[in-house]
Amino acid sequence: MSAISPPTQRVWWKQPLDRVEGMWIVIAFVWCLVMFFMMPYWHVFGKQNLANEAYRTTPEAFTAKTQAMVDKYTVRVETDQKIPVVRPPAGSDVYLIARLWAWWPMLELEEGKTYRLHLASLDYLHGFSLQPENINIQVHPNYDHVVTLTPTRAGTYGIVCNEYCGINHATMVSRLYVVKSK
Amino acid sequence: MAVNRNFRVCPSTGLSYHEPAEKLMRWNAVAAVVSLLVGGVLAVLIVLTRWQAVHLLPPDWFYLLLTAHGLDMLVFWIIFFEIAVLYFCASTLLRCRLAAPNWAWAGFWLMIVGALVNNVAVFRGDSSVMFTSYVPMGAHPAFYLGLILFAVGALIACFVFLGTLAVAKSEKTYHGSVPLVTFGAITAAIIAIFTIASGAIILIPTFLWSVGLIGHIDSLMYRTVWWAFGHSSQQINVAAHVSVWYAIAAIVFGAKPMSEKVSRTAFLLYILFLQLASAHHLLADPGLTSHWKIFNTSYAMYLAVLASMVHGLTVPGAIEVAQRQKGYNKGLFEWLRKAPWGNPSFSAMFISLIGFGFLGGISGVMMGTEQLNLIIHNTIYVPGHFHATVVIGTTLAFMGLTYFLIPTLFRRELMFPGMAKWQPYVFGLGMAGFSLFMMGAGTLGVPRRHWDITFAGNPLAYDGWAGGTAWLMIAAMAICGLLATVGGAMYLLITVGSVFLGKRIATPDFAYVKARDGVAPTMKPVEVAFEAHGSNIGTAGFVAPGTFVLALVFLLSFVLYYFVNWKYLSTVWPLS
Repeated sequence: MSAISPPTQRVWWKQPLDRVEGMWIVIAFVWCLVMFFMMPYWHVFGKQNLANEAYRTTPEAFTAKTQAMVDKYTVRVETDQKIPVVRPPAGSDVYLIARLWAWWPMLELEEGKTYRLHLASLDYLHGFSLQPENINIQVHPNYDHVVTLTPTRAGTYGIVCNEYCGINHATMVSRLYVVKSK
Repeated sequence: MAVNRNFRVCPSTGLSYHEPAEKLMRWNAVAAVVSLLVGGVLAVLIVLTRWQAVHLLPPDWFYLLLTAHGLDMLVFWIIFFEIAVLYFCASTLLRCRLAAPNWAWAGFWLMIVGALVNNVAVFRGDSSVMFTSYVPMGAHPAFYLGLILFAVGALIACFVFLGTLAVAKSEKTYHGSVPLVTFGAITAAIIAIFTIASGAIILIPTFLWSVGLIGHIDSLMYRTVWWAFGHSSQQINVAAHVSVWYAIAAIVFGAKPMSEKVSRTAFLLYILFLQLASAHHLLADPGLTSHWKIFNTSYAMYLAVLASMVHGLTVPGAIEVAQRQKGYNKGLFEWLRKAPWGNPSFSAMFISLIGFGFLGGISGVMMGTEQLNLIIHNTIYVPGHFHATVVIGTTLAFMGLTYFLIPTLFRRELMFPGMAKWQPYVFGLGMAGFSLFMMGAGTLGVPRRHWDITFAGNPLAYDGWAGGTAWLMIAAMAICGLLATVGGAMYLLITVGSVFLGKRIATPDFAYVKARDGVAPTMKPVEVAFEAHGSNIGTAGFVAPGTFVLALVFLLSFVLYYFVNWKYLSTVWPLS
């Protein structure tokens, strides 16, 4: 007689569909298909997709690559901790280390140019959160995640850690500079 | 061995309670409410810390309490309550004795010990690893051990539930198929077993790692398997609270499912596809391909979303049909206007349904879309979403069920009935505001699990949030959160007051007989007369036109919000 009693019609699966339910199922299913196809569609026609490019790495190997970039392209240092600001050439591989509780080094990119940004952690999980652009990517230890990105607007951006990484998580913040190309 | 078949028939509802099952339901419900109390106190402190103008706690305490809040609410409160619901759906609804009550008690005490061990580990201060405990950040071994013990206890309870179904079948305590609500509970139990198996696969190695027996656990492997546990556990809640919606609709209105076939198929879709949703959490991770992400996070083409959209229609639809048959057949919405809005079971259930659909459902599908996740991942939008699903959806539905259970299960009159009338509104609206403002702040990039979005004292501080719109959103979130905790406190006051101090309701002609003193025969199933579906209700051939209109409003909001977010995504930096 109700949902808390056994169905009164023993052969309940033969009861015909009501019009309200039938129509709603069709409408809802069509909407589900639209949502499904939006994802492959955006891979083909959209510009914001994560590539499937990632490599296994180690903290030592990733640090060595980052250090090589820093040695070659540092343009200045900032703050008391003398964090290098690196300006790598457009189109090149740029590296960003996440570790407890800092991002290293700082990057200075050119507007409208494309870079291959490598992200990896040296210890715990971290979260790469570029603000106010609001691009958010998980950063793992031992995985080198390659994100090809093109800054479209010059300015100073914040890189916040948005994966909880311990007591000083809330202090893990850095900058990314985007400058007009000459 | 004598089998205890002591049954009590509730005089007001006609439900029959098997004595050992009744006791287990009560103890599980009490353990749940105690967890809710602890989690609720923590919630106040956490809200007052994230509210930057107050910023109450230092960071170590903030992260510690956030870890405890997540576990006490998401695991202990909800699972204890769900075990009570499982026993209710098997033993009470099928009028059947509970299988193996001793095992059920063993499970219960394991869960209690597990919950205590885990809480002690957290409050010691060296296990502030959050609910998710991502490796390589490690907690004290007791943290994982507590969770494992709790999960073993819950697994035993699931098997007691399944055993009870087998007993009901063999002792023929019902005719035909199990009730829809029991079917939903079976769905929840099956998902729970999958969930606990996944939990074992990841937590046992992590425990061994924490004591030094395993050298390394890959962080991506951990996240992949952990979420098969972490997200699936939320799918137990969905199956359970949808069952509770159907149950409350049946209890309050005598509502009959519009079609058993549709509702049951929708539950079946949950079993088949809902667990794939755990991949939602890995959309911004390296090392997984887009094919994998798209297939899984669409729950194989959104078949589980379809199931929720079906339940979202059939539950109010069943209520509408029942109301129209009672004579509230005018226009589109007379059935809804004349609904018992002062009955807290109904209002809680209805707010739960609307909040879960509009706030939790739409936001969940949006952020679970592969590319859209980029603008949402790990922001405070995420807790905004799951407070809408788990708190407005699950917790509020369980609160509504509690108001029904206090007189029938605890046999006490409800204390403070006037306050109970308001409680679902205060809690539901507070929580809705809380979720909405969290989502608003998350859209502006504010991170979750973050102690200080001003980065005070850091020369590289990001200053896009302090004093701006995000700032206001966080303040509004905190005020709504406090309002919700007032609603939670009202619930606790009513529940604890009624259970311990409420006026007793006597059951006529009932006396306990010890099992060894005599074994009663099996309960006989109740014969129910066949009722024809009302045919002269509704308009234009629709039996539930009002619900259909509401569903279209929902769809419209869904479509708009979904594409607004694609628009937003299209403005961020190109990535490939």
